[in-house]
Amino acid sequence: MGKIISLAHGDGGELSHRLIKDVFVKIFGNNEESLFDASVVDIPGSLAAVTTDSFVIKPIFFPGGSIGKLAVAGTVNDLAVSGAIPLYITCGFVIEEGFPISDLKKIAEDMAEEACKAGVKIVAGDTKVVERGSADGVYINTTGIGAYSRSFGNRLSFKEGDAVIVTGTIGDHGIAVLAARGDLGINVPVKSDCASLNKMLDKVYQNSEGVQIVRDPTRGGVATALVELAEDFSLDILIKEELLPVKDQVHGMCDLIGYDPLYLANEGKAILIVSADEKENILEILTCFPEGKDSVVIGEVTGTEKGRLLLETPLGSKRLLSRLAGTMLPRIC
Amino acid sequence: MLELLKQSSNPEICRPLAEAVKEKAKEYYRVHGRKPAFMEVCGSHTMALARSGVKQALLNEVNLISGPGCPVCVTDQKSIDAMIALAEGEGRIICTFGDMMRVPGSRYTLMSAKTAGKDIRVLYSPMEAIKIAEQHPDKEIVFLGVGFETTIPILSLLIGEADQRGLGNFSIWMATKLVEPILRYLLDQGETQIDGFLLPGHVSIVLGEGSYSYLADEYNISGVITGFEPAELLSGIYKLIDIAASPEAKILNDHKSIVTKQGNIVARKWMATYFTHCDEAWRGIGIIPKSGLDFKPGYERYNAKKRFNVRMEEPRKTKCRCGEVIRGLVSPNECSLFGKACKPLNPIGPCMVSAEGSCSAYYQYMRESI
Amino acid sequence: MCVGVPAKVVEKNEFMAVVDVMGSTTNVGIIFVPEVQTGDFVIVHAGQAMSIIDEEFAMESVEEWRKLADARTP
Repeated sequence: MGKIISLAHGDGGELSHRLIKDVFVKIFGNNEESLFDASVVDIPGSLAAVTTDSFVIKPIFFPGGSIGKLAVAGTVNDLAVSGAIPLYITCGFVIEEGFPISDLKKIAEDMAEEACKAGVKIVAGDTKVVERGSADGVYINTTGIGAYSRSFGNRLSFKEGDAVIVTGTIGDHGIAVLAARGDLGINVPVKSDCASLNKMLDKVYQNSEGVQIVRDPTRGGVATALVELAEDFSLDILIKEELLPVKDQVHGMCDLIGYDPLYLANEGKAILIVSADEKENILEILTCFPEGKDSVVIGEVTGTEKGRLLLETPLGSKRLLSRLAGTMLPRIC
Repeated sequence: MLELLKQSSNPEICRPLAEAVKEKAKEYYRVHGRKPAFMEVCGSHTMALARSGVKQALLNEVNLISGPGCPVCVTDQKSIDAMIALAEGEGRIICTFGDMMRVPGSRYTLMSAKTAGKDIRVLYSPMEAIKIAEQHPDKEIVFLGVGFETTIPILSLLIGEADQRGLGNFSIWMATKLVEPILRYLLDQGETQIDGFLLPGHVSIVLGEGSYSYLADEYNISGVITGFEPAELLSGIYKLIDIAASPEAKILNDHKSIVTKQGNIVARKWMATYFTHCDEAWRGIGIIPKSGLDFKPGYERYNAKKRFNVRMEEPRKTKCRCGEVIRGLVSPNECSLFGKACKPLNPIGPCMVSAEGSCSAYYQYMRESI
Repeated sequence: MCVGVPAKVVEKNEFMAVVDVMGSTTNVGIIFVPEVQTGDFVIVHAGQAMSIIDEEFAMESVEEWRKLADARTP
């Protein structure tokens, strides 16, 4: 893991995994809860789901969203994919001295708008300002609280033949933000997919008993999220390259700089593992929503032993996928 | 045209093509009593073969050996140590391709130097380095020049541009490599039994089809210039089996849509303007005469090696067998460090660092029989 | 050895061109392919166009693959 924190500790890949496992999970001692994006806590009288997340992004405003929209949607999605109904959000801002108030207003407006869309209330907040140079613009930390409605991830319920669904094109957020930074001089007419998914997912939960588990493939991308699912529940998952929904523009940019869409961040997509007999029904529900209109099956559970993710290439060969190993860097070879 | 280009990865073409290659290889087996063994010279080939699943599909029929064509993998450890030492000096901005960031020197990587606060910038287009040099006249800008003949002309452009703009704060640390000397070296050693070469599609853009005649004429070994998409790889292998079976060696261009007979003469002129051949150290191999490039007289002021006094000790030895891997003598999993002490996240040898390195490609795509 | 990507030239001046890679656009140098025309496809490596793609040869290759493939398809 190394002695000091490096950028790679924050990219959702192997180092992030180890940092969380070796530091936070170990020290906080919440092994079981750590499998989910939100924890369920026992409040006398009822059950609530709780999640927390921090948002740091460059640039703060990007095509398709801003740090504010991202903070709300990201928190809402962590609750929603855990099977909870998001209700309340708290937010803490760390702001760099000199940050324009107008920008802060825009961010707050984006948050309010997204909260309204998602049907959640922002109920508490806090701001701290740090010296110029001690932070990069603004950081937001949130807590999300939801009504706990149902549980997922029963180890015994997964079956061979369960379908893996992704709710739309992958890598849009990662590429949109990378392009918006401008360092690479590449124009990509793709917006971040940043969106709250709770209404769509709730509709699925209401109308189907077939959902085994849901994840949001944010940092580390679809591959990392699926590797984690495979390992956490000892699933053998096989996805097919031909079935992966990738926008041409995203594909093009990835080719140019040597990136893999499977490892790019998404902020408005969910991965669902569902029982084979319910997959058509669930797809039908998902595709009725604008944020799920491109939902497709990308693969299936092929076993419940080995805990690994395989990719079948168009040629029919299979290869093993791992977590993102270190930050992706543009490469020439 | 786009539709045409897409055909190169069309499964309806690639799957039967793979079957055709297998049959061709079996025919070879019947005649010669063994599988055909080919070396893909180029690291991007290694990567593409693994990523597309071509290597897996042909696992039982064709022995594909990864060659020395990953610029990161063949960069001498001492040279990497020097690059890192260079980055540690004050008042410098080091510009590099992303590929170099995780290559381990004796103690650190450029990535760890960056984490420790050094100004190291990853560029996609090297020309950005010129802009950076103009924006920071008070700093020394050093570009880490790695690559083969596809990349070298672009480094020449950098010098041309710096010269034209009169930049006094720009230089290149040259660690580039040339294809012909390393192929000759491999063949002269005679350690590796190969029946033919898959020749690098993109390097050949610059060098041209005609540049490989020495393989057939002097060494009696065949080669096929091959592209990187699945159908192109399969077609190249198919043709290589075909000509490897015939008694007379020859060079075939199976990537005519981008590789011409004479290559890119303009690009080669740019190279020749600024650079001249020099002896160069290859990781795990040692010095190969005239296998690298140095500045021509008159342009030495752009030579970072002259500009900065960086002296490096000989690096400590590890059990890393990258040197043998890139010569095709052992396969990655025969190294005792592979997959244990040496993984993509903590690479010991450079073949594990670059995504196109033989070990990394093997680790990511071939590790388990699936 | 080197990543190279096909891109379509959509605009050009003396030394630079705007190219389109499946809908993403970027500026590349065209010093090594002085004869390039708008509409041509080029192979881009590290921000420079290195070669112009010859459509006839590309077509020839596809036909060749199809022939080989068809011979295998029952």
